Amino acid sequence: MAKRIDVSGLNVYYGDFKAVEDVSMTIEPRSVTAFIGSSGCGKSTFLRTLNRMHEVTPGARAEGKVLLDDLDVYGPDVDPVMVRSEVGMVFQKANPFPTMSIYDNVIAGARLNNRRMSRSEADELVERSLRGANLWEEVKDRLNKPGSGLSGGQQQRLCIARATAVKPSVLLMDEPCSALDPISTLAIEDLIHQLKEDYTIVIVTHNMQQAARVSDRTAFFNLSAPGKPGRLVEMGETNQMFTRPEKKETENYITGRFG
Amino acid sequence: MTTTDAPKAAPPPTGKRRMGDVVFAGTARGSGILILLILAGVAAFLIVQAWPSLAANTANFLTSQEWEANVRESPAFGVGALAFGTVLAAAIALLLATPVAIGIALFIVYYAPRRLASLLGYLVDLLAAIPSVVYGLWGIGFLAPQLVPVYEGMTRYLGWIPLFAGPASTSARTILTAGVVLAVMILPIITAMSRDVFHQVPQGHREAALAMGATRWEMIRLAVLPFGKSGIVGGAMLGMGRALGETMAVAMILSPSLAVSWNLLQSGNQTIAGHIALQYPEATGYGVSALIAAGLVLFAITLVVNMGARYVVARGNKES
Amino acid sequence: MSLTTTPPPGPGMSATANDLRRGSLPHHFPALLLAATAAVVAGVLLAFSSFGFVLWGLLTAVAYTVIVVTASARVEGGRKARDRLVTSLVYGCFLLAMLPLVSVLWTVLGNGLARFDPYFLSVSMNGVLPSMDAGGAYHAIVGTLAITGMATLISVPIGVMTAVYLVEYAEGRMKRTIMFFVDVMTGIPSIVAGLFVVALWIILFGPGATNGAAGAISLAVLMIPVVVRSSEEMLRLVPQDLREASYALGVPKWRTITKVVLPTSAAGLTTGIMLAIARVIGETAPLILTAGSSAVSINWNLFDGQMMSLPVFIYSQVRMGGAVNYERAWAAALTLILVVMLLFFLARMIGRLFAPKAR
Repeated sequence: MAKRIDVSGLNVYYGDFKAVEDVSMTIEPRSVTAFIGSSGCGKSTFLRTLNRMHEVTPGARAEGKVLLDDLDVYGPDVDPVMVRSEVGMVFQKANPFPTMSIYDNVIAGARLNNRRMSRSEADELVERSLRGANLWEEVKDRLNKPGSGLSGGQQQRLCIARATAVKPSVLLMDEPCSALDPISTLAIEDLIHQLKEDYTIVIVTHNMQQAARVSDRTAFFNLSAPGKPGRLVEMGETNQMFTRPEKKETENYITGRFG
Repeated sequence: MTTTDAPKAAPPPTGKRRMGDVVFAGTARGSGILILLILAGVAAFLIVQAWPSLAANTANFLTSQEWEANVRESPAFGVGALAFGTVLAAAIALLLATPVAIGIALFIVYYAPRRLASLLGYLVDLLAAIPSVVYGLWGIGFLAPQLVPVYEGMTRYLGWIPLFAGPASTSARTILTAGVVLAVMILPIITAMSRDVFHQVPQGHREAALAMGATRWEMIRLAVLPFGKSGIVGGAMLGMGRALGETMAVAMILSPSLAVSWNLLQSGNQTIAGHIALQYPEATGYGVSALIAAGLVLFAITLVVNMGARYVVARGNKES
Repeated sequence: MSLTTTPPPGPGMSATANDLRRGSLPHHFPALLLAATAAVVAGVLLAFSSFGFVLWGLLTAVAYTVIVVTASARVEGGRKARDRLVTSLVYGCFLLAMLPLVSVLWTVLGNGLARFDPYFLSVSMNGVLPSMDAGGAYHAIVGTLAITGMATLISVPIGVMTAVYLVEYAEGRMKRTIMFFVDVMTGIPSIVAGLFVVALWIILFGPGATNGAAGAISLAVLMIPVVVRSSEEMLRLVPQDLREASYALGVPKWRTITKVVLPTSAAGLTTGIMLAIARVIGETAPLILTAGSSAVSINWNLFDGQMMSLPVFIYSQVRMGGAVNYERAWAAALTLILVVMLLFFLARMIGRLFAPKAR
């Protein structure tokens, strides 16, 4: 299921402002790739171009190529709606639909494509997705309660279950733990480890320890100067990036001598 | 109260300034209290002036359909037929306006090009700026003649439904026409409330829907409408409150009458507000007092509907 | 790039690749289709010589929606077709709402211009028989100015001071009570406000007393809550820092409010007041009850006798029912709409040009 992502020469604009400049990278399937960098360096913006979510922001547009295996996501006859069901996304703030039960939250995306899903199929999908998100045991007795009643960490895992229920091949995570306490963070990190068996995972994080813990490869983004667009400085195996980065800029950031 | 507290808190350097503060605060407070007094006065004076006719009334005020009030002795009048007409006209307006208003609000918030959105919003607000008497004039001078053939067609093809039974009024000055005009008038209110609540839908919910591959409509169905439900309902109820109390458009379109009829294409119905406006210039004897009593009923109905609307909106705000 | 060998496409993979690309209508299809439909419908209607703009618009919209949804269902599948259907409906709703707006303005302009001239604006109906081809709305304009002016003089101080009280002073139950009853007052039907003054006047002056002041008070009842709500909103926009900066200089609270808070929000307050005036200047029902509906001569005295106003003038001319009466009514409606629109746009301009940059 997992797919490779190949980005070449990608530029992202907000109106006239160029936010990200000339990014090319390959993201391997069945692995976790972490994006690190200071705030405002364009890593979240870049992440959102991978499933065309940036188009939701008025005035935002991207130029360049994003290949999902060998299909161009920005091809002329490609529908962003279909891209997003292939490339799922989890956000910084857990966002279960407040009016829906836990059960309905998980099934919401899958229902869009398959309106006549039978009760047993749906039950099975909900259980499988919740088990996959390590949430089943905690919520199996209250599937019909609203999802907003769960704790922050549980809500975030519910959102992961909701994203995987659509059966995407790639999961994008935009700082999924930044609003969580250390124990919930640990639960999510464990989950990320399991999920990479089946998915291509891309995670944006502010926390370098987290990047070191969960990712196989790391990409460092930075602004060339204040007010200039963000760009990809360096990308490589996580071990190597954190011990022997090739660029001075990366080393400064990682060792905390940033500026 | 202020005079005993002030020296303790911070003794002001001069007595003059403290005077200024006391007077100004007192004036502001007095204005607030004056509003409460005015409102109490509205209720009190209406009740006091309605009382003589209600005491002398020989018919059941709430259910009777007659209006023999312009007499010096034993009047017989009731708001039965009028209340029916009032609610019917408002219901028609609500039924026509609510779906369109939701559509307009969605259009302005999610569909229209960003640069144009606020301008298009102003255009809808302009509908609210047109005085009701102009709507009334437009209703009889332009809209009703246009609707005559439409109503004839409706009786021909939909006549088997009692609501649209023939023969249609030849002037089209019927409760349906009044309802259409009222619908136009309450459109901006419902639109404004729906727009407000659609703007408040958290970006997270909308993005959650889009990120799992929802189309724009599916995003609206999953994230926007459930969130906006209370705002839409509240807006519709505020619109209903306005439609219930609207006078001129109805008074100008409908002729004086006291019938209770479910037929929307024939004249006969009248509303409380329209009745008051039409009867007042000719009221004698107990007439004025009886009309004030009718106004009291209208006041009570709109009060209940408006308070219900505020309650629904407030509860929705708390939930989210 | 490092990627030189592409893995052979497996069966599952090509299926999803198809999925992503699963047919979509060309980007310009909707626009082209709309233009084509509009042209064809116009042609057909002209051929049957029954062309009308409303009919043309309606038929085009329906035909376009049917074709685009059918095509989308064929090519793009049910979900996309539903999305396109809703898009059409949503656009349709907006256009539908523009129909009455354009129609009202168009008919008022078309019918009102016949009599809208300096003569109409400068003479009253004094000594003019209803069916005579003479007379104008000067007395109604005078009445509208006098009554609305007095209503504004009553409601602005009360409304703004109440807003000041709510924002700067009130707390707890008193605040909630006043806010609640201001909401209640917003919902009072205009005719009930009229009846209130009728009831009051009967008690004060006996039955049958009608004059401009009564009309002004009934309009003030409608206007006060509008002024309170808009002023409250504007005062809340004034940043707390400004108040604190003033307190820190040792300026007492009331001077802070009159010298800092109110001037800062002056533009917003003006906008709100003008919109409130625009709202009540067209009120008819309360004036029929309180200021009378049969005055024909110029009367500047708010406390002496009946007073005509533009909205009531429209109504009373319509009740007379003759062709000339309708002409007068349309011309008066044009006058009234021009006044309201002028207030409306001036208010928006002031709000836009002088708004504090608080956001």
